[in-house]
Amino acid sequence: MRVHSRASVANRRVVEPMSKAADIELIDVTKRYGAALAVDHVSLRIPAGTYCCLLGPSGCGKSTTLRMIAGHESISEGDIRLGPTVVTDLPPARRGTAMMFQSYALFPHLDIVDNVAFSLKMKGAEKTARRARAMEMLKLVHMDHLAERRPAQLSGGQQQRVALARALITDPQVLLLDEPLSALDPFLKIKVRQELKRLQLQLGISFIHVTHSQEEAMALSDLVVVMNAGRIEQAATPREVFNRPSTAFVARFMGDHNVIAGRVTSVDDGTVKFEVPGGSSFAAPAEGRALEPGEPVEIAVRTDRVRVADAVLPGCGLTGLVQNIEYHGQKVQVALAAPGVDEFSVQVPEASFFDAPLAIGDAVPLAWTPQDVHLLAASPAA
Amino acid sequence: MTLSRYAPYLQATPLAVILAAFLVLPIATIVMVSFWDYDSIQIFPAFVFTNYEETITSPVTWNTYLNTLKYTVIVWALTLFIGFWVAYYLAFHIRSATTQMVLFLVCTVPFLTSNIIRMISWIPFLGRNGLLNQTLMGLGLIDQPLEFLLFSDFAVVLAMVHLYTLFMVTPIFNTLMRIDRALIEAARDAGANAWQILTNVIIPLAKPGIAIGSIFVVTLVMGDFITVRFMSGGQSASVGLMMANQIALLQYPAAAANAVILLIIVLMLVAGILRVVNIRKEL
Repeated sequence: MRVHSRASVANRRVVEPMSKAADIELIDVTKRYGAALAVDHVSLRIPAGTYCCLLGPSGCGKSTTLRMIAGHESISEGDIRLGPTVVTDLPPARRGTAMMFQSYALFPHLDIVDNVAFSLKMKGAEKTARRARAMEMLKLVHMDHLAERRPAQLSGGQQQRVALARALITDPQVLLLDEPLSALDPFLKIKVRQELKRLQLQLGISFIHVTHSQEEAMALSDLVVVMNAGRIEQAATPREVFNRPSTAFVARFMGDHNVIAGRVTSVDDGTVKFEVPGGSSFAAPAEGRALEPGEPVEIAVRTDRVRVADAVLPGCGLTGLVQNIEYHGQKVQVALAAPGVDEFSVQVPEASFFDAPLAIGDAVPLAWTPQDVHLLAASPAA
Repeated sequence: MTLSRYAPYLQATPLAVILAAFLVLPIATIVMVSFWDYDSIQIFPAFVFTNYEETITSPVTWNTYLNTLKYTVIVWALTLFIGFWVAYYLAFHIRSATTQMVLFLVCTVPFLTSNIIRMISWIPFLGRNGLLNQTLMGLGLIDQPLEFLLFSDFAVVLAMVHLYTLFMVTPIFNTLMRIDRALIEAARDAGANAWQILTNVIIPLAKPGIAIGSIFVVTLVMGDFITVRFMSGGQSASVGLMMANQIALLQYPAAAANAVILLIIVLMLVAGILRVVNIRKEL
């Protein structure tokens, strides 16, 4: 009896389709082009059903990482695992991934149905069956009414949906999107990114989305992976990345943070005191970090938490000269210069700015509280 | 104020004049002369159909046309095969743009010498006591010189392929270079193997280039007479050669009738190619 049941379990494992959503893991993945390192020992785990954004400036290795996951770029060192399978040496079509290309890469000589049905044709599916399945996918992205058109007859947003349908027809466990919104105008961008998120929730599979827009990454992802110079600076939820950027690079790249760098003068009672080259001194909560006097240290201060006021607490304020004023609607962005601080910006709510307007050249006292300050770690790329 | 109405016509005038003078007028003359009459020393204006009747009813004409078509089909197939793979190699296997350009220029270097010189240079190589026969006999591979190498259909086809392959390489290379490399990755992502990528993506997208190359080669081979004369040693005929002979015998009206028929056939072939492939998107 026991033997029998064990056999049937084994049988079921063979017959049952693999669970559709799968974890994806990069293990110490490196990509070299000759002597140049494009991706430098990256390790990352993306749980099943995650919307993950690879975020970073151009040349940071995010596209290369995506292309290695897709199998369009060979992996110099390390492994990539999808579910239980190591896919490092598998061809793209046998990995369970599907890729949506930046320029969509629709076949110009085929109509929309045949574009979507392409992978089924490659598998040798019969014509009416594959076109019927393609029509189902086109319905999913609301493009079935334009099925007979050629790609050149579609708008950018429509082409994007067709590319999405073509990628999804292979029933992938992970969908890889290479800057999918970069070719769209700003309004369409917002609309399409809502559709992407809706589709990801509906399908329950992981989406890995490469972008250089922090706004896009914050709006979409469950997991933001900030990359710089071939390494991961931080991988966390958007809220975590925005509120607690781990390095100065992340703080600057996400925006809305001021970075102040200096050398530690003293650590006591959970507070780090440090000095910037100009002589002013600042304080920040140590957050359990063991720092020695003389060690370099960086902190991030949220631009929207800084107030125009005299410092109440020592080390939580500075006086700056107004360099530039930008009106942003809800708020006014004021850029200031202060000795020993590279750039310092403050976001003042519109109403309070115009209650007490500032002018370029004004010396302004600024203050914040220790809760608005966050100690940064050294960048792994440095 | 009325100038703007005439401006487009004025702008089109230079080209229209050139085409009228160098294309329409000569063809009209040929068509006119094809209805004239002639004897052994002169031609006279007339309106007779005898030139066409004699051309069409003569079995020699039919054989010559069939022979020319045979050359056309063989040369077209060979130049297409060689030209496509040369273009494919240049476009997809050469990574650096500089190397690509250098190799492409190497392809065009033979065109710095005249057709005739390139053709004649085959003769000392292929001849009965030519380099190839002597080498093969020196190596002991053959006892007797190979006779088919020169003054044969083989020699004609070889020379034509040599002369005309570049006309196939250039347009195909052009279309292949315009194929977005992401399309090939997208095909691979969809599970296509190398053969499927070739037949489902690359060849369909190269069709305009293939059509343009085919038009070049077909029109060139259909009208060729000098290659056939030199390389067949006068043993084979082509329509062009037949016309050249008629002109040598001062039978201008007969040659003109032949030219009109050849023109119609070539135009039909070109129309056939254009029916299969839409080259407009390429231009």
